[in-house]
Parts: sequence; structure tokens; C-alpha cells
Amino acid sequence: MEAIQITNILYLVSAIAFILGIKRLSHPKTARSGNLLSSLGMLIAVIATLTYPGKEFDFTLILSGVAIGTVIGLIFATRVQMTEMPQMVAIFNGLGGAASAFVASSEFLSSPDSPFIIVCLSVFIGSLTFTGSFVAFGKLQGFISGRAITFKGQQVTNAIIALLSVSIILAPGLFFESSIYAGYLNAFYIVIVLALLLGVGLTIPIGGADMPVVISLLNSYSGIAAAATGFLLGNNALIISGSLVGASGLILTNIMCKGMNRSLANVIFGAVGSETSSAGSTQQEMNIKSYSTTEAAMILDAAEKIIIVPGYGLAVAQAQHVAREVADTLEAQGKKVLYAIHPVAGRMPGHMNVLLAEANVSYDVLKDLDEINPEFEDCDVALILGANDVVNPAARHDESSPIYGMPILNVDKSRTVIINKRSMNPGFAGVQNELFGYDNSIMVFGDAKDMLNDLLKEIKEL
Amino acid sequence: MQIDIVSLITIFILAVFVGNEIINKVPPTLHTPLMSGSNAISGIAIVGAILAILVDGGNASKYIGLAALICATINVVGGFLVTDRMLKMFKKK
Repeated sequence: MEAIQITNILYLVSAIAFILGIKRLSHPKTARSGNLLSSLGMLIAVIATLTYPGKEFDFTLILSGVAIGTVIGLIFATRVQMTEMPQMVAIFNGLGGAASAFVASSEFLSSPDSPFIIVCLSVFIGSLTFTGSFVAFGKLQGFISGRAITFKGQQVTNAIIALLSVSIILAPGLFFESSIYAGYLNAFYIVIVLALLLGVGLTIPIGGADMPVVISLLNSYSGIAAAATGFLLGNNALIISGSLVGASGLILTNIMCKGMNRSLANVIFGAVGSETSSAGSTQQEMNIKSYSTTEAAMILDAAEKIIIVPGYGLAVAQAQHVAREVADTLEAQGKKVLYAIHPVAGRMPGHMNVLLAEANVSYDVLKDLDEINPEFEDCDVALILGANDVVNPAARHDESSPIYGMPILNVDKSRTVIINKRSMNPGFAGVQNELFGYDNSIMVFGDAKDMLNDLLKEIKEL
Repeated sequence: MQIDIVSLITIFILAVFVGNEIINKVPPTLHTPLMSGSNAISGIAIVGAILAILVDGGNASKYIGLAALICATINVVGGFLVTDRMLKMFKKK
């Protein structure tokens, strides 16, 4: 057997490890071993590469690169707070894009006869992912305004940049003397600049509330960039892994869009968040019933089945720990407690689940939208903690509401709905929630953490 | 290197289908670890980065390769570790 065949078999083994690794993510019980399997796959791919036949590597440089990357990666992985996961994923998407763009650039500079279209495709997607991800990071972190930043002619500008890039990639000869390497080289540099600009241009008009969609999409791009680089190098490991990540990102993008009842085109070109939705604000008089925590505790005491609906506000207040204590106490009294998790409850796909897992909530009581909605029918109390738009029944029937059609948690079907809010301020979409005025709804105003601490005391005393 | 573009496209398309099948089975509870884990897997560019750092390669392509290697290593190491940190927290009582 030729040496190169052994290398390729090792790449195949690593691809299989990635596939089986992701497969084990289908259940929390097996997920951790799956991640380990994937990392083993990566190790095999690296070993296969370091022993690549016929290549004389500069091991000093490789070792120093790996050392620097390892230290930075370690710091990221151990320091990041769970509430900051979206920012970290955004950065990693950007680095993934950058890595692919760098690899393709290096390949082009060392062998100028590489297929120009593939070089550009890889560099283009990679660079766009890089700047797009860092803008997304800036928005999530609050460095850049989370509001949609728009200006007149923005979409036309983006379209021109995109069109220009495509024409340079497909026909550099139109712009430069393509017969000579220098012409290609100029085209290559211009494509990089255009892609970096387009990454910024496409991300700044997207509002903070839509960031879960954007980071999912950029996640997909980082995979596609790796696959494109795989085409350039003729390397199966890159193609297979890249397409796995690309598919994963696209699926998550789709799920997030469905969770908000928006099309992908609407998220990218719609620039919601800047739009001050005055529609549907026909302020009807609502009969708000404000209760004390003592009264809320008594209602919970009489209940048998309780569903907690956490929103992102709960995590921001770091109140998920005391919420779990309340749930534990109620469970110890023989009550059934479940958690209803809306797909867009956090700042990225599955974010709320991680935040609750961190607070030691058992994963089998975390229920997604489809699982939990039938459960509200025979539920005694739905306890809403910092969620708003995702429990607004107007999404089901009020066609004039900006959130009409969005899948929601049907909390209003429960016997009693207890809503904890700081004040009567409307949620992200700027819509007043008619649920608050329902006959079976009661409000308990106050900071989530303080309210839950009081509630915990009251429940224990009863 | 002789590259057969058709067989590369074949591999690409089949991998997309496999990806679709297995990722659709990941429950919403694990979507964040799925994302950070796929960050790590997209660090596969580390392979390309290593292949660019050759003794007889030009300086430009060598150092661009080094930049790629650093980015990809951060993704690989950070991605797998943070995913493990998260998955450790998912417990059943």
C-alpha cells in the first residue's frame, strides 16, 4: 500500500469519528462520550497530517503555532461564563472562517496555478464569516449597538459588493490581464477586501433579537468555508467535516427562524429591531391583578402540576439557581414540576437549557415547545419568569400583532398563570401582552431573584 | 496533485446528507453544545494549516499558514473543551 493511502484511510477514520460523535449528541447521556470521540477524530486527522508522505514540515513553527492556539483556546474554554456562550461561539465562527481563508491564501501564494475560482470561493466565504462574526460578537457583547444599524441604500451597496465579487471571481480577465499571475493576484486581494466589507455590511443591519439566527448562519458559513478549502487541497477530511458543520448550522438557522416565525430572507434583509412597531398597540384596558408572593405561594401550595417558563431575563438576573430551589421544594412536597423551553428563550439555540443545566436542573424535566404544549391543558400553575413575547396568546389569533404566527407556549390554557415581571414594560418586540389581563392571570411584580427568594421562604413556611 | 473534482463533489454531497440525518436527531436541549462542538470540528482547517507550513515553502505562505494554524487550534482546543464543560452539567436526578 502506498503511504498516501494510509494517510487517506486515517482521514476516513477521523471523519467516521466525527459522524459517530455527533450521532451520540442525540441524547444527553451519551453526548459527553460523543464529544470525546469527535476530539479523538481530530487528533487522528492531525497525526495523519503530520506524517503526510513527501512533505518536509517546519516543526518548530508548527509546534509554536499549536502552543499559542492551545493556550488561547484553554483560556477561552475555562473562563467563559455560560451566559456568554453566544459571544464565544461567534468568535469561534469567525476564527474558523479566518483559518480557512488563511489556508486558501497560503495555498494560492505557494502554487499560483491553483484553480482560481475555488481559491476565491474559500477566501471569500472565510473572510465574510470572519468580519460578520466579529460584528455579531460586538453586538452580543454590547460593544456595538444591538439595534439594527441601517442607512439609505444599504442593501443596494451590499448587492453591488456581492455582484462585483462574483464577477471578479468568475472572470478576473474582465478586470485584469488574467493571463499573468499579477492580474490574478490583484483580483485575489480585491476579493478579500470585498468579502471583509460584505461581512460587516450584512451583519450590522440585523437587530440584537435576531442574533440567534445570525450566529447559526455564520456557524454554517464557517463549515462551508472549510469544505471549500477541502476542494482546493483535494482533502476529504476538510470536505466531510466542513459539510457536517455547514449542514448543522443551516438546520439550526432554520429552527431559529421557525421559532420566530420569520423567513431567513426577512431576518437578513428585514432589519427588524429598528422598526418601532406601533401596529397592534391599540391599548385596550387590561384588568391587571397584582398579587403578593404570599398569595402566590398559597396558589402554588394548592397546585399539583406546575410548569415553569423561564425567559432570558431570569438568566440575566442569575435567578435560575433559586428558581431550581423553588422547584426542588415543590417537588419534595410531591408536586410535578416541568420546565417549558421556547426555541428562542436564550441568546442562541439551546442556550436556556445550558443555563438551567448549570443550575443543576435535571435534563429530563426540560421540555421543548412540542412536548410541553399539550401539558398546559391539565396544568395547575404556569409560573412565568422573565418570558414575555413567547407566551403572548396574540400570536395565535391577532393578525394585526407583529408577533402573529410565532409559535408560542400556550400557558394561558393552565388553570392559573403567575407572571413575574419587573414592571409593565413590553418585551423585545415592543408589544403589550394581553395575557396579563386574562381572568386566570395574576402578576407578581419585582426582581426575579428577590421574588423567588421570598417565594421560597413562603413555600417552606406553609 | 491530480484532483478529481467529481469525486470530491460526490463526497461533499453525501456528507451533507449524512449531516442532515444525524443533526436532525440532536434534541433542542443540546443545540448549544452542538454548535460549540461544530466550532471545534470546523477547526479541521488545522489540517490545511499544517500542510502549508513546509520547510521549503515560501515565507509568505508559511506565515499565513501559521496564522491559520493558530486560529484553527484555538477552535479545536477551545471548542472541544467548552463543549465538554457544558455536557458535564447535563445531569439526570
